[in-house]
Amino acid sequence: MTRERRSAGRRHVAWWFVAPALFVIGVFFVLPVIAALAMSLTDFDIYALADLSNLRIVGLRNYVELLQRPLFWTALGNTLYFVAVGVPLSLAASLGAALLLNSRLARFQPFFRTALFAPVVTTVVAVAVIWRYLLGTRYGFINYALGALGVPPIDWLGDPRFAMPAIILFAVWKNFGYNMIILLAGLQNIPHELYEAARIDGASAFAQFRFVTLPMLAPILAIVGILTVAGYFQLFAEPYVMTQGGPLQSTLSVLYFMYEEGFKWWNLGNASAVAFLLFLLIFAVTLVQTRVVRRGAFAQ
Amino acid sequence: MTAPAPARRVRGTTAHAAALDMRALLPRPAAVAVNGLLIGAAAIALFPLLWMLAASFMVPGEASAYPPPLLPAHPTLANYRELFARAGIGRYLANSVLLAVAATALSLVFNVMAGYAFAKLRFKGREQLFKLMLGALVIPGQVAMVPLFLLLKQLGLVNTYGGVIVPALASIFGIFLVRQYALSIPDDLLEAARIDGASEWRIFRAIVVPLLSPIIVTLAVFTLLGTWNDFMWPLIVLSDQHLYTLPVALASLSREHVQDNELMMAGSVLTTLPVLIVFLALQRYYMQGLMMGAVKG
Repeated sequence: MTRERRSAGRRHVAWWFVAPALFVIGVFFVLPVIAALAMSLTDFDIYALADLSNLRIVGLRNYVELLQRPLFWTALGNTLYFVAVGVPLSLAASLGAALLLNSRLARFQPFFRTALFAPVVTTVVAVAVIWRYLLGTRYGFINYALGALGVPPIDWLGDPRFAMPAIILFAVWKNFGYNMIILLAGLQNIPHELYEAARIDGASAFAQFRFVTLPMLAPILAIVGILTVAGYFQLFAEPYVMTQGGPLQSTLSVLYFMYEEGFKWWNLGNASAVAFLLFLLIFAVTLVQTRVVRRGAFAQ
Repeated sequence: MTAPAPARRVRGTTAHAAALDMRALLPRPAAVAVNGLLIGAAAIALFPLLWMLAASFMVPGEASAYPPPLLPAHPTLANYRELFARAGIGRYLANSVLLAVAATALSLVFNVMAGYAFAKLRFKGREQLFKLMLGALVIPGQVAMVPLFLLLKQLGLVNTYGGVIVPALASIFGIFLVRQYALSIPDDLLEAARIDGASEWRIFRAIVVPLLSPIIVTLAVFTLLGTWNDFMWPLIVLSDQHLYTLPVALASLSREHVQDNELMMAGSVLTTLPVLIVFLALQRYYMQGLMMGAVKG
């Protein structure tokens, strides 16, 4: 056998290694994504589900109608609220915890790291059930603790003003450990000499944080921020279990809206349009963030 | 008049030395602050989980009291008994275990093979294909859900175990993770085996898989926890209660049993404890994957 033929045979074999995975990704992910775009241009509903001949192409009508529905805007507004408040709070908690863990004064570091990370690996549905109790108006621990500080009981999950803040609190608790680990790795990679030099120059602890830690951590913070924004746009299980989108639709998220539109009312064309709008929104926000980060990097 | 002076000086220095000793023994205020804050943060992180465990052993109705009780007055297994005997949670637990293990095992085979090929085997269009896959990472999985549901309906997989597993059989993230790790395998090693006449398949099994074992464990933990905790897709694709996974069953139970806090806490323990144990046992591998995954952005 010549070298040529053996290497051609090897190429053939290589395809067998990637074929199963590519088949699954192609058929069960890429194809449906393309189909979602096509479906969003049709009036696919429960009648089409029964008989495909009831299907009509309606162009952009789903999108136009969606943008005229107050409920869609409510869902979009709620999701943006969740992202705009939840992401900075999550990142602040992650960074704070990472700084504490990275401190030379911290003791029992492995224990604290595991303890702070534990909520990340728990099941959202299960811990949402716990939090529903903790947030209870009459018997919940959170109102009990606030009561000790003289705050009157809050109807966290029953009052439209407090339901989203409650879900944000829950999400921060559930998720901050994830970014904490990544930021901690970033902190540990900052060379000690930088801090020593800053100390010799007489920099205070805060000045060291401001002029050494933050700039050195900026690239990782940017990546973590972008990923967290994209993740928080996909809010679903938390309101599904804790509030069912209520009260008064104050916790209805875009994805929850898509779920109800598609799998409760079987307006599958409409649901596809919602999914695509959400994707475009995440994509646009990610693009803007990347631009801002790049410009920031050049400015320095 | 001069006599007491030395004595006073001696007393002064011993007092000073004692103060120095005390300072060395007592932690500095900064250390107290750092560790105090860590204890506070750990308490917040763990309290809901510990309370869940405590409340799962409480008598029905016990948790609905003011002030809320921390520990069960008379620990009982009644809630667990009720869950297994009447809510059929044994079935959901079995479903969850079966689906998570099957999805993990099958997806490992697919992802490890593909990840290795993208790192070490040459084929036409390899780089372009890989870039395309990385680009596809920005598309949220939920975009595919509606057509995927219809596709699986055509295939007769809606409301079956297969319907839950199929989309999880391969993941771009998993392939990426394996590829990054496999890049470090020396080409000479593979080339030597080829010269010895070993087939590609044999090289993969005998040389590559053992070398990749750390990342295989990492990916296994990730996939296991991911499929166990997954909620939205099983919720959509399963309509028959007998097929429910624990999270789907728990969500449905919690809507029926809004007042039964102790019962729901026992359900939450059964749902979340298995993954916590897997995580604690294989923590090192999980954290390693997390760091590698963070680079994907």
